Amino acid sequence: MKRIEVIQNILEANETVARRNQQLLNVHRVFAINIMSSPGAGKTSLIQQTLTNLKDRLNIAVIEGDVASTVDAEKVQNNAKAVIQINTRNMPESCSLMAAMLEPALKDIPLDDIDLLLIENVGNLICPSEFALGEHKRIVISSLPEGDDKPIKYPLIFIDANAVIINKMDLLPYVDFDIAAFRRAVAGLNPEAEIFELSCKTGEGIERWRSWILAQVKSNAIK
Amino acid sequence: MHEFGITENIVNIAIAKADEAQASKVVQINLVVGEMAGFVPDCIQFYFDSLSKDTIAQGAMLHFELVPTQLRCRNCSTIFQPQDTIWACPKCRSQSIELSKGRELYIESMEVE
Repeated sequence: MKRIEVIQNILEANETVARRNQQLLNVHRVFAINIMSSPGAGKTSLIQQTLTNLKDRLNIAVIEGDVASTVDAEKVQNNAKAVIQINTRNMPESCSLMAAMLEPALKDIPLDDIDLLLIENVGNLICPSEFALGEHKRIVISSLPEGDDKPIKYPLIFIDANAVIINKMDLLPYVDFDIAAFRRAVAGLNPEAEIFELSCKTGEGIERWRSWILAQVKSNAIK
Repeated sequence: MHEFGITENIVNIAIAKADEAQASKVVQINLVVGEMAGFVPDCIQFYFDSLSKDTIAQGAMLHFELVPTQLRCRNCSTIFQPQDTIWACPKCRSQSIELSKGRELYIESMEVE
């Protein structure tokens, strides 16, 4: 018997495909955002708001990841240049999108005509944090009814986020969500993350989000 | 929750590395798994037994070295392990905390024949 040194990251296969995806996006100057949250926090609502507010400025494509159904794809199809639904139910893993699931989806999008790609991950605060897809920025949404303890319970996803959105701000009078404590927890884990307070329902706070996205896309490339 | 995909990767890496070493059998795979990585060793072994069937990795033992979570205070650089659900520095009470260990997920070495 002999011992061989390996030292190989088990997630490397995913990371290799993720890098390839990002190279493809870069060639076509597409800026990609991976949107993650627990189910029901408002990923689809945020995409709808982003489409409504930016469709005159940017050509936007959407990739919807769900265990099953095309419900979300139908909701966003009117305002997006292209919508691809990925159902993870029949894939080896259903708890998160993975880079290899994105690769064929990217082939179905007219990348030359797209400035911004919004990727809606599967609703889950654990698994998506492990799998890079090839995105340029990672966004995590927390909504007020979920409570302010999510960064404490699921630190990894917040550690890796470039921006954190507090959604459903219109419910603040009705729920016990300590905004200051939540901000403190996020800033402690990840001082670089931008934090947005908004309501996709009322549109409150959307303007700052809109400006941030525009600035991000602009810094990526101007077509 | 996604141990199946992880285990597929482990099997693929083990077979490739054993082939490189011109081995005919993988006896043991030594894995390093961080506490925060969220993978359940029993679950990985379960999938491994089925995914490695009829390969040179069939019957291999998986040995897990678990790495406890280690945190570092951004304010005073104290290294500590979390005692509480809220991550706060035991020395200066700062909540600005970096995760320094606990996300590992790699194959460290293998025993082959």
